[in-house]
Amino acid sequence: MDMGDKNAIELLGITKVFPGVIANDDITLRVRENEIHALLGENGAGKSTLMSILFGLYDPDAGTILIRGKEARIRDPNDANALGIGMVHQHFKLVRNYSVTENVILGIEPRTKSGNVDTARAERRVQEISALYGLQVDPHVRVESITVGMQQRVEILKTLYRNADILIFDEPTAVLTPQEVDELMSILKRLKAEGKTIVLITHKLREIKEAADRCTVLRRGRLVGTVDVASTSEELMAEMMVGRAVKFRIDKAEAKPGAIVLKIEGLTVRGSKGHDAVRGLDLEVRAGEIVGIAGVDGNGQAELIEAITGLTKPSSGRVLLKGKDVTDSSIRERIRWGIGHVPEDRHKNGLVLKFRLDENLVMKTFDREPYSGFAGLLDFRAISAHADALIGQFDIRAGEGSATKCGSMSGGNQQKAIIAREIDLSPELLVVAQPTRGLDVGAIEYIHERIVAERDKGRAVLLVSFELDEIMALCDRIAAISKGEIVGVVEARDADEREIGAMMAGLKGKTG
Amino acid sequence: MDIKRRALVDRLASSNAAMSVLVVLLGFLVGTILVLAVGRDPANMYRAIIQVVSGFDLARGTWNARYIGEWLVASVPLILCGLSMAFAARAGLFNIGAEGQYIVGLTVAQFASFYLPSVPVFHWAAAVVLGMLAAAGWGGVVGFLKAKYAVSEVVATIMMNYIALYVSRYATQLIPGTNTYKTPSFPATARLSNSWLESVTNGSRLNTGLFLALAAVLLFWFVMEKTRTGFALRATGFNKDAARCSGINVQRSLTLSMAISGAFAGLAGCIVALGSFGYGRVLAGLDGYGFNGIAVALVGNSTAIGTLLAGLLFGMLQSAQPLMQSRQIPKEVTYIISGLVVVFISLRSGIGLLLEARSKEQAKSAARKGELRDE
Repeated sequence: MDMGDKNAIELLGITKVFPGVIANDDITLRVRENEIHALLGENGAGKSTLMSILFGLYDPDAGTILIRGKEARIRDPNDANALGIGMVHQHFKLVRNYSVTENVILGIEPRTKSGNVDTARAERRVQEISALYGLQVDPHVRVESITVGMQQRVEILKTLYRNADILIFDEPTAVLTPQEVDELMSILKRLKAEGKTIVLITHKLREIKEAADRCTVLRRGRLVGTVDVASTSEELMAEMMVGRAVKFRIDKAEAKPGAIVLKIEGLTVRGSKGHDAVRGLDLEVRAGEIVGIAGVDGNGQAELIEAITGLTKPSSGRVLLKGKDVTDSSIRERIRWGIGHVPEDRHKNGLVLKFRLDENLVMKTFDREPYSGFAGLLDFRAISAHADALIGQFDIRAGEGSATKCGSMSGGNQQKAIIAREIDLSPELLVVAQPTRGLDVGAIEYIHERIVAERDKGRAVLLVSFELDEIMALCDRIAAISKGEIVGVVEARDADEREIGAMMAGLKGKTG
Repeated sequence: MDIKRRALVDRLASSNAAMSVLVVLLGFLVGTILVLAVGRDPANMYRAIIQVVSGFDLARGTWNARYIGEWLVASVPLILCGLSMAFAARAGLFNIGAEGQYIVGLTVAQFASFYLPSVPVFHWAAAVVLGMLAAAGWGGVVGFLKAKYAVSEVVATIMMNYIALYVSRYATQLIPGTNTYKTPSFPATARLSNSWLESVTNGSRLNTGLFLALAAVLLFWFVMEKTRTGFALRATGFNKDAARCSGINVQRSLTLSMAISGAFAGLAGCIVALGSFGYGRVLAGLDGYGFNGIAVALVGNSTAIGTLLAGLLFGMLQSAQPLMQSRQIPKEVTYIISGLVVVFISLRSGIGLLLEARSKEQAKSAARKGELRDE
């Protein structure tokens, strides 16, 4: 009867070496049948490597794998599938212009007697599975027309359709909105109730607390320990993960708002799909305060930022920087006049990954003194001295110092590099979008501190985040955005999470 | 020691230059096997190549510097068209239009030599400058269309090649005294000929174009690696979005890079027109330097020095052809070798993976010995 003591997965003494790094160093992980087992660790701790070994993507250099007590040799994902192991990847592997059903059956299509794909049968099956686990996926729709959260459920469906009873989730909440996260958590519990075993790779403690039974912590490729989630505090798990005590609250003094730095009047911006993504939006940000834009992804935040930074021309309305109308100014002028921007997608918009760190740190200033001199000649000594200073000041860890290619740096250090570059411009207004997405606890803590420090220097900060926690912790005023309009603005100190949640859903709040 | 060796392999795998050398050697290896397979002596192939690059005829024991001169003559337009391709590639563009830009440069230089005053130095210099400017415009238009209206530079340049060819044919025939394939001879002041270069290379067609090409290589390197313009171009090439976010004028970068790219190809056209021929040509077809430039830039990793070396390599293969044939080696082998080199270059990432796998093996054994435990 006691299922709890039987192990679904045993990874014994797994070691995996990549050139120059030991990704997994003698790690032992035991996952019991029918439990939700979290695998916790910072970026680069070796979680994904370990799970890739289990899923047959990598060959371990040493160690044994036992599935349901039997030694298994998993050479590729097909072996893993045959053993009933399914993986929901962080980056979905879906064919966008295929229907849900077509995606699910891809590679194992059921056939009719005449040899055609038996779509009708497949759809019925997909419908059944969807209903059984409460996934609520419509089997007929095309994948490109459904939300990210739904796409993830299609990935889950794919594993279930292949009769997986051990499901690995790789950072499943990284791409989801808060509501979708809640829904995923209940799906995980439902899967467990139906007898599945789940491994949840994450670095978010709240999710572990909410869903997981036990938690194994990795740090720098080594096993720190396995704990019972119910009897372990978040603080302790964080400490195990980072290797030191972690602050959860941000220490910050009362804001001293000064003059208005950013004023937005009646801003309307056309979105990429042709509709008005921002609709007649008004907003003010003062010196010495952090204003947070709380909202679900896709409610006009991206377009708002593009209009402020100059990436998009608004169709109407004005953007004023310290009273000066910058609505039609170029990106370059806005940078010079003091708009700093930490973009949401750091790989697309923030960094040139094939550039060196020192080059990336002068991306916005390379064309002026002291980095460019006579006849537009670059002064490489000034460029690398600048990088060395910022590396020290912002604790950017890069293997080869200022000469490191940014693509080879960790996500946290890439983000630190961007923050360093933007703060170094000493902007009047710092526009920050999703500054801690995908980062580990240590980096998040550090970046939050720097943002608060900018505020305390008397800078205006506009923060866009899809994580309400981050908004609540960091901001002085919170503006809820829904369908391109500011629904309400509240002081953070008397903000109520539920009230903001309601405003994010579009219910009118108070303005002030 | 293990670690040292591993570092070396790592560096090799990650070094584009080393990879290019390896790929070229591989191309020659397969070429050699092919020559053996058709029952000829590969030594003859290498004798032909040695004669091209050194002037020594090993079979007869004679030396003639003219071969070196002709080798360089063949290499100059390849180097320049390679630079053209490389410059655009560094800004993230695929310039298939070097051929057309080359034709524009060539045609304008031919016109300039008939219609500009016959003043020494000024004559050819002005012809070259005009040819380059026209070719820069020809390329720049494509860059502008790409930047402003997102017109694919690949499609646009291919079409522009044919426009250039037929406009050139039509226009050149308007020059008085022109028959169906050539114009009258150029005035001597328009020629790029250089009596010193001719005399040291025993009467080859080697001309001032050599110095212009070397200056172009230097300019390429300088602009790309040392100036803020180059910085903006490289940033645009690697990540257009991040460049734009950083305030770099991406539209300007794209237009400028295509214009400079066109100027390099145009220079090649000027040098061929005024250096290798004493008269203007009514082009019957494409000379092919522009297309070969794509391969040159590919092998040269789109760097200045790499493109120079790759241009010399392709020039060597080209000018070795007649010498090979006289030694019973089918000249087609040279095409096969250049083709193989390009194919192998495209396989570069695969070869890199192989090397990496090897180094991983070594890392593994090193780890077992405990050498890697750093903490």
